Amino acid sequence: MTTPTPVEIAEPEVDDIVELEDPWVTIVWNDPVNLMSYVAYVFRNYFGYTEEKAHELMLKVHHDGKAIVSSGSREQMERHVQAMHEYGLWATLERQDI
Amino acid sequence: MKPFKRRRRGGITATFEQGEAHLLASLCGQVVELLRDRNGAAESSADPLAAQLGMGGPSTPPEDPVLQRLLPDAYRDDPDDAGEFRRFTERSLTSAKVANAEALIGSLVDGGLTFGAPPEEGGDPIEVELDDAEVQAWLRALTDVRLSLAVRLGIENDEDTMLVAESEDEAIAAMSDIFDWLGYVQETLIGALD
Repeated sequence: MTTPTPVEIAEPEVDDIVELEDPWVTIVWNDPVNLMSYVAYVFRNYFGYTEEKAHELMLKVHHDGKAIVSSGSREQMERHVQAMHEYGLWATLERQDI
Repeated sequence: MKPFKRRRRGGITATFEQGEAHLLASLCGQVVELLRDRNGAAESSADPLAAQLGMGGPSTPPEDPVLQRLLPDAYRDDPDDAGEFRRFTERSLTSAKVANAEALIGSLVDGGLTFGAPPEEGGDPIEVELDDAEVQAWLRALTDVRLSLAVRLGIENDEDTMLVAESEDEAIAAMSDIFDWLGYVQETLIGALD
């Protein structure tokens, strides 16, 4: 991800942001193109996450290269991945072994 | 360009110089063409129902690297699942992206742009006023254009972004300026929504 102007950000503790309930997960991968503000906006507006949670997830994608942004049924995750692709975010789904 | 801002009555507005508006429309037009080539012109109308009914789209990823980025695999390590998913969903994704890019062009035309004609010397600036649906289309279309330019520029990581900006190849440096400017346009749009 990128920003028009560089910003310094402290890296927060972001373990277990999304609790796993079902075995399928949607993963968003880092890319050098999408704006950090845009990625956070998408998490807020599409998933309905709070500003804080959306921001944390965005930073997790940025720093770790990927983040699980949702879990649930396979059908739900396929819908999420399709939506992320329409937003231009790079997303995949997979079965998570808990 | 006068950056995006929210009017008191709620509309989101920005003003583009003629050259900027033509550039935006032309870049969106290129994305539309690329996606149409993939889909076949007759299949590019927004018809998610046809896609859901399994009127099969392609099951293999596109060869063009820009299209690969715009229409990525949904399953990372499973080509069979990725192919099956693509077969049922790619056409509706492509149609959505075409519709978003065309909506962006439409907003500029509403603002006074004559699309297809050369920029008018000293012509009036193009003022756009976006409703909620148009805002969503602009956010996505700007992203698709930026993703496309990044692939053509060979931007694969954050360092590449710096490298192309400092390129001695004038064409690359110019494209990199456009890439940065589009990021600025999108950033002001997101800022105006908060």
